[in-house]
Amino acid sequence: MRGAQIVVDALEREGVEVVFGYPGGAVLDIFDQINRSKKVRFILTRHEQGATHMADGYARTTGKPGVVLVTSGPGATNTITGLATAYMDSVPMVCISGQVPTAVIGNDAFQEADTSGISRPVTKHNYLVKTVAELPRVLKEAFYIANSGRPGPVLIDLPKDVQQAVLKDYSYPKKIEMTTYKPTYEGNPRQIKRAAEVIEKATRPLLYCGGGVVRALAHEEVLALAERCEIPVTTTLLGLGSFPETHPLSLHMLGMHGTQYANHAMHECDCLIAVGARFDDRVTGKLAEFAPNCRANIIHIDIDPTSISKNVPVTVPIVGDCKRVLTQLLEVIKPKKHSEWLAQVAEWKKQYPLRYKKDDELRPQFVVEKIYEVTKGEAIITTEVGQNQMWAAHYYLYTKPRTFVSSGGLGTMGYGFPAAIGAQVAHPDKIVIDIAGDGSIQMNIQETATAVLNNLPVIVCILNNRYLGMVRQWQEMFYGRNYSAVDLGRPMDEKGRPTDGLPDDVPPYVPDFVKLAEAYGALGRRITRKEDVVPAIEWAIKARRPVFLEFLVTREENVFPMIPAGASVKQMIGGLT
Amino acid sequence: MEHVISCLVENKSGVLSRVAGLFSGRGYNIDTLCVAPTQDANVSRMTIVCRGDDRIIEQITKQLNKLIDVIKVIDMTAEEHVERELVLIKVACTAATRADIIQLVNVFRARIIDVDLKTLTVEVVGDARKVEALIELMRSFGIRELVRTGRVAILRG
Ligand SMILES: Cc1ncc(C[n+]2csc(CCOP(=O)(O)OP(=O)(O)O)c2C)c(N)n1
Ligand SMILES: [Mg+2]
Repeated sequence: MRGAQIVVDALEREGVEVVFGYPGGAVLDIFDQINRSKKVRFILTRHEQGATHMADGYARTTGKPGVVLVTSGPGATNTITGLATAYMDSVPMVCISGQVPTAVIGNDAFQEADTSGISRPVTKHNYLVKTVAELPRVLKEAFYIANSGRPGPVLIDLPKDVQQAVLKDYSYPKKIEMTTYKPTYEGNPRQIKRAAEVIEKATRPLLYCGGGVVRALAHEEVLALAERCEIPVTTTLLGLGSFPETHPLSLHMLGMHGTQYANHAMHECDCLIAVGARFDDRVTGKLAEFAPNCRANIIHIDIDPTSISKNVPVTVPIVGDCKRVLTQLLEVIKPKKHSEWLAQVAEWKKQYPLRYKKDDELRPQFVVEKIYEVTKGEAIITTEVGQNQMWAAHYYLYTKPRTFVSSGGLGTMGYGFPAAIGAQVAHPDKIVIDIAGDGSIQMNIQETATAVLNNLPVIVCILNNRYLGMVRQWQEMFYGRNYSAVDLGRPMDEKGRPTDGLPDDVPPYVPDFVKLAEAYGALGRRITRKEDVVPAIEWAIKARRPVFLEFLVTREENVFPMIPAGASVKQMIGGLT
Repeated sequence: MEHVISCLVENKSGVLSRVAGLFSGRGYNIDTLCVAPTQDANVSRMTIVCRGDDRIIEQITKQLNKLIDVIKVIDMTAEEHVERELVLIKVACTAATRADIIQLVNVFRARIIDVDLKTLTVEVVGDARKVEALIELMRSFGIRELVRTGRVAILRG
């Protein structure tokens, strides 16, 4: 069998249903095979970055590795942002890139790039395959590494001559034989016992859940532990969906833009159970003042030993799969009541709810709230990056894992739309909505063609403030309102007339998202009044076609509460705008 | 504090850059690095001398362990071990200083491996204390060139 055939055979054997990518000279041999496959569907994107985020959205909503196929040089370099995004958020992915023939590697050949070198720091592992003999093993290992232990992207750089070379006696390996890579899944029983003791002694325990709970689908175990021991639960951005936000024990998200009650609870708790979270700086703020009352009682469950005690020293480290470790813990831990603590937490929740100004203006928070109400929380929500992302986190209540999809670690603008397309490929019958900003959506808007041509009815809700809103907010708060390079619109006078002297046929909002959607064959609607929000969302859901809903929202809305970067909970800014 | 970390890795291309990239990417410093195959040609040993507080060293060892091509990581500093480094020193000499240099070299059980009218090349093998001491002494004569292998280490017993 030839190398290219081996690749496609491996994809089929690994159960890959869909590959996202873009062709070019150095992968022609694989493209010559992939469209003959009866099992693998290939989706042609409009940019390789789009392909990686689609694979990512597919992976985050299914738990299966997303697969990407691109050419050498620019094709491969275009995947770097997507690989880095997946790497930061532990998303399983296998990216196959073509490479120039082995004989000319290093000669600055046409479309040559040192792809394995460039991708090394943003992948869990990568390979440059030099002979066809090693190809079957590399493919097998790549899929295994991508989706075991702490998941992550794996890149296979495949020179053209290796794709063309013939391997006699090909058989796909059945077993993995890797002596150097053996993730730990089971928790150490002694540590589990210690954890149980620490929790049983606590009077103000708190569960802090991250993306690891979602990846491991440990949500039921979290719920069981929380209920059995009366422990309130806060989650990180990536942890949204790991605990039902409609549950009385939910404290919603914590951290820089977390709820006040979650951050208060973190400050006051005397025992912290961190599950699949990594004490990221957006969560902890100033480390020295982070969670001062639980420092002697921190339990940290994580599959990645490097995440444990990296930023915050922990008392009981437990390396293992969140689901298994929690199951082990549930076997030994006794029920406990914490009525005083829960009363305190409930009081904070009542005292400091998330809030925004309720008036006649069309505010972005209102739009998100309505998306939640209309979809009854049953949609898959993806987000772009910025204020839109935070409002999507605040005003939609997530109750199930894999329903909130967002670039947390890298904060990649342009992620949400292709990720939504990938999620829709995996879940054709679900409502998939990208909550977008007007800036971010333009970073991968070309994928509208992919959505339209593949009949993927993704709904993009653009919260259009004509600003790079989150950056504007920082400039307002920390740079004396010196707005520099954040205005995406045309300069206007008080009466809303453009003052830039451009021709009359330049639309007031650039681009005109409604026309843009229509140009691609998608549907578009602009919403300017509160009362039109619900009908627009209902219309978009009924359409079962790609739709852009452009909400012209209040321009200078801020995301609150906020703990400024590097500050502590005491410096939290809570109020209304 | 200084640590000597010994790392068994698969002997294949790209591994060195993974390890080096881990250090540079995370802002850790490598003082010396020494790589060569072991008795098993498929396995190489890297001996890395680096500095950092306990937290950083813990991260370094964990991060190294996490690399797929790394087989085993030992922080030698915590164990009974022997360290050696080989250093070549090309030192300036004149008729007047030659005898002094040779005498020092003998005291250190080092060797002269090349002789020239204006220079002597000294080879010294030893632990950090010994080689540093000889280098210091040679400075007063004028070191023209200094080549060090970096340290290697092995567990006792
Ligand atoms: C690729 C990329 N470039 C720059 C940034 C920095 N950044 C973070 S939020 C933001 C503004 C996003 O604007 P928009 O999409 O309109 O969202 P809004 O905050 O207005 O809701 C920028 C520029 C980023 N996160 N990603
Ligand atoms: Mg905006």
